[in-house]
Amino acid sequence: MEMQLIFFYVFAVLSVGGALSVLLFRSPVYCAMALVGTFGFLSAIFILLNSEFVAAIQLLIYAGAIMVLFLFVIMLLNLRTDKSPGLTWSLPKLLGVAVSIGILSQMIGVINSPAAKIGPKDIFSPQYLDEKGSVKVIGEILFTDYVLPFEIISVLLMVAVIGAVIIAKRHDTDSGGEG
Amino acid sequence: MTTKRRLKPLDFGAEPMKIELGPSHPATHGITRFAIELDGEVVVKMEAEIGYLHRGFEKEAEATNYIKIMPYTDRLNYVSPLINNVGYALTVEKLFGVEAPPRAQFARVIMCEISRITDHLTCNGATAMEIGAMTVFLWFLKVREYLWECVEEVTGARLTTNWARIGGNANDLPDGFLPMLEDRLQKVEAVLLEGEALILKNRIFIDRVKDVGILSKERAIEHAFTGPMLRACGVPYDVRRADPYLVYDQLDFEIPVGTVGDCFDRFLVRQEEIRQSISIIRQASDKLPPGDFHCRDRRVWMPDKYEVFNSIEGLIDHFKIVMDGPQPPPGEAYQAVEGGNGELGFYIVSDGSGQPLKCRVRPPCFNFVAAMGEMTVGHYLADIVPIFGSINMIGGELER
Amino acid sequence: MDAILEILVNPAVQAILKIAVIVMGFVMLTGTVLTLMERKWMSAVQDRLGPNRANVGRFTGHGILHIAADGLKSIFKEDTIPEGADRVIFTIAPFFALFASIVIWAIIPFAAPIGGFTFQITDVDIGILLVLAVTSMGVYGAVLAGWCSNNKFAMLGATRATAQMLSYEIFLGLSLVGVFMVNGSVTVSTLVENQNTYWFDGLIPKWGVFTQPLAFVLFFTAMLAEMKRLPFDAPEGESEIIAGYFLEYSGMRWSTFMLAEYLAIVGTAGLTVTLFFGGYHIPWLFADGFHLFGWILELPVWLVALLQIGAFITKTIFFCWLVIILRWTIPRFRFDQIMELGWKKMLPLALANVMVTALVLLAIDHWQAG
Repeated sequence: MEMQLIFFYVFAVLSVGGALSVLLFRSPVYCAMALVGTFGFLSAIFILLNSEFVAAIQLLIYAGAIMVLFLFVIMLLNLRTDKSPGLTWSLPKLLGVAVSIGILSQMIGVINSPAAKIGPKDIFSPQYLDEKGSVKVIGEILFTDYVLPFEIISVLLMVAVIGAVIIAKRHDTDSGGEG
Repeated sequence: MTTKRRLKPLDFGAEPMKIELGPSHPATHGITRFAIELDGEVVVKMEAEIGYLHRGFEKEAEATNYIKIMPYTDRLNYVSPLINNVGYALTVEKLFGVEAPPRAQFARVIMCEISRITDHLTCNGATAMEIGAMTVFLWFLKVREYLWECVEEVTGARLTTNWARIGGNANDLPDGFLPMLEDRLQKVEAVLLEGEALILKNRIFIDRVKDVGILSKERAIEHAFTGPMLRACGVPYDVRRADPYLVYDQLDFEIPVGTVGDCFDRFLVRQEEIRQSISIIRQASDKLPPGDFHCRDRRVWMPDKYEVFNSIEGLIDHFKIVMDGPQPPPGEAYQAVEGGNGELGFYIVSDGSGQPLKCRVRPPCFNFVAAMGEMTVGHYLADIVPIFGSINMIGGELER
Repeated sequence: MDAILEILVNPAVQAILKIAVIVMGFVMLTGTVLTLMERKWMSAVQDRLGPNRANVGRFTGHGILHIAADGLKSIFKEDTIPEGADRVIFTIAPFFALFASIVIWAIIPFAAPIGGFTFQITDVDIGILLVLAVTSMGVYGAVLAGWCSNNKFAMLGATRATAQMLSYEIFLGLSLVGVFMVNGSVTVSTLVENQNTYWFDGLIPKWGVFTQPLAFVLFFTAMLAEMKRLPFDAPEGESEIIAGYFLEYSGMRWSTFMLAEYLAIVGTAGLTVTLFFGGYHIPWLFADGFHLFGWILELPVWLVALLQIGAFITKTIFFCWLVIILRWTIPRFRFDQIMELGWKKMLPLALANVMVTALVLLAIDHWQAG
């Protein structure tokens, strides 16, 4: 078997295992750490797919920043281990299962569609990527073809940041603390 | 307003975090405990708990004769023990109505000022260290060690000096002491400049101490602050000037005062006081008169051995001092001296026996610790450290 | 003999060998020696001798044996886990801290490639982005250690560490954007090779520190904050929160945190050299020898490689020294001051740096195009 394939199976199993542990662990901190592990293994798979840039961003944004904030919130709210007994069936949970099945079938459909077949797309052959570097290729596309969505997303993020600041500020003035 | 829906502040049911700083904590040197409530990192409530170093000095003094109390006073403010020695000796001298001869008084001034320098060096060095400037601390300790060697030269010990006596000193200044002291003082001056060069223009240091732990002039007086803490608030009160003892009225020195009373002012006031003390030591060394280093009053000082062996009065006086100790006339006396931290007062009541009926110490830093809560509330947790460093709490003095 | 050569040519074997040599032979060694050198340098600053008592018989070697003594001590010390602590996380947290400072070395080159052989574990396309990704993982060590210790001081330390490291990652990344723009690449080999080009007919090398001086200051500051060294050591803040997030650690686990700190110093120094101080380059030294004012001194290839490795190590050690000497020169920020410095001063400066760099690059392009 090829080296790459071995690595793929290892990381695939590990990331699926990580995702399952997120659901199965009782302690919220363990769940968060399992998710971090999943992100790590996913980024390894991205590297196997020759897209180092996505792998680095995956680690940088999800594992390095967002999950730290998750963990931070879990720590500060001091969430304790979930002590509720095993699964009980209720309407919200059934709804959740239904929605999950729906999403799963959708995904299977997408993956099976001919458009999602693995292989070079347009001019982006592995040779082309290797030659130019994935960072450069992504950068060029992002700042030429997709510059409008890119800018809109950045404005959206800006709005979110300002909103967060305003919420934090109001908390300060209302509770009468010294700013 | 009524039509507009007011958003409620986000409430996570958060309550202040309670933490105990001390008694075993690197910042609470001198052993004390702070019960702190934190909102995030901001102190909302702080209570100082003292008593971890209480040794019962005052009670112990009631069962000890006047001379034997002297070594206990070393352990009050243990970074400036000579000032305690001298303060206690002056109080008992007041009870007796005796006075040490001029040479002894000048020598006491010199030794007291050395102690003041070591005290201020320790305090400022520790303040700097706790903010992270470890180097300044070790430099200051290095020169403090030079001065302690001088103290050792005179008294035989670095800390447990036990040097002053009722009516004089244990011994005269040794030969060659003044040149040695002058040499050491020059080193102190050089290191002061070096240390100041390292931190006084350092933005981080200034940001950490400026406007931190401010206590207004009025509140400081209400809290009965004295010493550098009060002077940093801008009140030029110094016992050496306000109620001169020893020969301070013959010496020329200035009283540095601060403006706002924050940690930075306290630091600067102490630095300047070190310089003033050096100048005082130099003046006192120049003016040091020849003569005895103790008085000849037979009630407090043992007669010469010749007299003990050859006269009946000498023998009896010797016997009385050895068996009963000096016995002051009934009465009471209060004498304050300017300690490292401020007004260090001794109040002694005598019933005519060889042991005091009551001995009370007014520790300057007691008031400072009492005001810790007021100075720290509203500041960050990290600010407690420079504030506590700047009040220079000495456990031995605070809790006796 | 041929069989051995054949194995050596295999890239996977080469990579493993390089990892062994670089990580164990250089990074670990330097990090360990730094634990002693820090104390020695500190003592020199503070006018004292420093540790010099560990001995074998009469041999003390000016304290060199303290490295061994410290190691032995922490191995034999009791490894306590406080009551109420989370045992699993308590055990793995130190390794998160260690991980980041070692992985950095995957991309740092030690000398110019000779033929097909590179003196670098791997020259990935994403280059410095990998460093950013990996340093962002370093925060887990502090967060988890602080959370699982069941101690309020450790918790405070963890909170401070999270906020500080997350914030300074942003400035770290932003400060490097200017460098990427100047070089048009994030690949380490390109970044280093570009620093061996010259202004004024081969007179002044285009080191990163000359092309992006502000970026260097910002990067170095952010790196100091990332590894929580003084003046940014509020998360450890020994005077108020004692040791911060690793307060409850002892023995070998504690040593792992300390080792991670020293490895981070070496890593920071290596990165700074690579990005801003010419990497392995000695000014005017090219693959075939020195070139200056048309004057040429030819050198054999192996000597050039040795010189480059030596230059890289010397520069790295210089920056280790700088980091250490900074610690013993300046005091510690308060936590809110760290945040203020970051968000109110470094962020605008970094953004301005990006803007100015972009404008200058545009102007140069315009001027060159005529």
